[in-house]
Amino acid sequence: MTLKYTKDHEWVRVDGATAVVGISDYAQTQLGDVVYVEVPEVGRKLEQGKEAAVVESVKAASEVYAPISGEVTAVNAELAGEPGRVNADPMGEGWFFKMTVAKPKELEALMDEAQYKAYVEGLG
Amino acid sequence: MRYLPLTAADRQAMLAAIGVPSIDALFADVPKAARLDGLVDLPRAQGELEVERALAAMAGKNLVAGAVPSFIGAGVYRHHVPASVEHLIQRGEFLTSYTPYQPEISQGTLQMLFEFQTQIALLTGMEVANASMYDGATACAEAVMMANRVTQRKKAILSGGLHPHYREVTRTHARFVGFQAKLAEPDPEAREDLASQIDGATSCVVVQSPGAFGHLRDYSALAEACHKAGALLIVVVTEAVSLGAVKSPGAMGADIVAGEGQSLGNALNFGGPHLGLFATRERYVRQMPGRLVGETVDADGRRGWVLTLSTREQHIRREKATSNICTNSGLCALAASIHLALLGEAGFTRLAALNHAKAVALAERLAAVPGVSVMNDTFFNEFTLRLSKPSAGVVERLARKKILAGVPASRLYPGKPALKNLLLVAATETTTEADTSAFATALARVLS
Repeated sequence: MTLKYTKDHEWVRVDGATAVVGISDYAQTQLGDVVYVEVPEVGRKLEQGKEAAVVESVKAASEVYAPISGEVTAVNAELAGEPGRVNADPMGEGWFFKMTVAKPKELEALMDEAQYKAYVEGLG
Repeated sequence: MRYLPLTAADRQAMLAAIGVPSIDALFADVPKAARLDGLVDLPRAQGELEVERALAAMAGKNLVAGAVPSFIGAGVYRHHVPASVEHLIQRGEFLTSYTPYQPEISQGTLQMLFEFQTQIALLTGMEVANASMYDGATACAEAVMMANRVTQRKKAILSGGLHPHYREVTRTHARFVGFQAKLAEPDPEAREDLASQIDGATSCVVVQSPGAFGHLRDYSALAEACHKAGALLIVVVTEAVSLGAVKSPGAMGADIVAGEGQSLGNALNFGGPHLGLFATRERYVRQMPGRLVGETVDADGRRGWVLTLSTREQHIRREKATSNICTNSGLCALAASIHLALLGEAGFTRLAALNHAKAVALAERLAAVPGVSVMNDTFFNEFTLRLSKPSAGVVERLARKKILAGVPASRLYPGKPALKNLLLVAATETTTEADTSAFATALARVLS
């Protein structure tokens, strides 16, 4: 199992052929109370770096970008009724969607836990 | 205080900074023919009384719709606006029409807009309505762009029964925003088949009810055809009073209703300012343009109002916003809301029935004039006549007899000779029997 982060504060956890995607704890803190999450349709083909979802908080609406390329296989339907899960448990119950891993090589360019931690600290 | 704070030296310094030799050089891109050479030849300054006389004399050349028999409609309708509406909208608490930038401090304005939204949602048969748009035509264009966002497609099919001005405004947006607006041919008999034109790339079909030529159609089957193909149905309403008499767009299965609310409590206003209406289904609310007032409770549990879902809007979401509209037609919406509240449901239904009855009486009377045939099998308060002569000339001659006979189709559809004998004629509760009689008599004379 591999956990990686993007500069746009998405995380992607890869387990075999499937990846789970969400936003980082830093991202949810910056956004504040999340009130709505627009997840992609199952079956949609995502391209790395392109818009995949929208997360809306009381103060902003932000795009969530696909950390890697692949096809959406499942979405977190619980977020529709309980968007607060993104704040409460961003790395767990607050996941956004699951996808296939079309190009495993793309993962190499992403940050690991330590690198992301340093990156966030650098943002001050 | 000086009102012209720039000196000649200031101007020279600014021109030098941007590297332009003269102010005229800034207008080099304006074609010569359109440029003003020298000063405008204005008369010397006049006193208030002289100006008043001069302007009154100019205004006296107008044929005022309220002063003569008027049958003009085609998207703007003369209705009786009670004096109480005028009085109430001019109260100081309301008169500042702009939606405030710190909205929650103006609870009265927000409450009024919330009530307006509720009224529009009820009238259109939809689940949610916004705090209004600029006018019906821009509401229509915004509806198409919303459908494009919802469906992730870029082709709109615009009915031949959609008001030509609405078609043009939508086409302008299409050109600059980058989507396809397929215009059906003008459809004076409302016989078009749009369902067969829907394909996998179609984001929406836009129809009007009643149509630009006055016809009423049930769009339920078209709504089904749209939904089967993953497209949305947009129903445009240019005569909002019709909603008191006909099946609502919501009941027909519309996904978005865009309309003109001028008929509700607002005067003709020389064609604007008017009141854009916009309503949709709750599931699409995050793609809806414009301001939206929501009901909530404050820290002490008291009822209050807020501008809600603002994250869709441009001041927060910038280039990803649903629209560049950051305002609404507050004062016009207020007038509409007050008029609707004064009428109540029963009063509004009766007003609509009265409009229809006046139009039926007018149609019967005009149909009896030699050289006139009524083209509609259905209508609300406006219908289309086919005359034995080009309608533009007939309207001119009737204007000389101080009758505003309606809108020639040739004025709405220039360059369509097949339509040149068609005349759009509207009646409202303001139409008297004397008006109808004067029109029929004068028309008979002009056509003979």
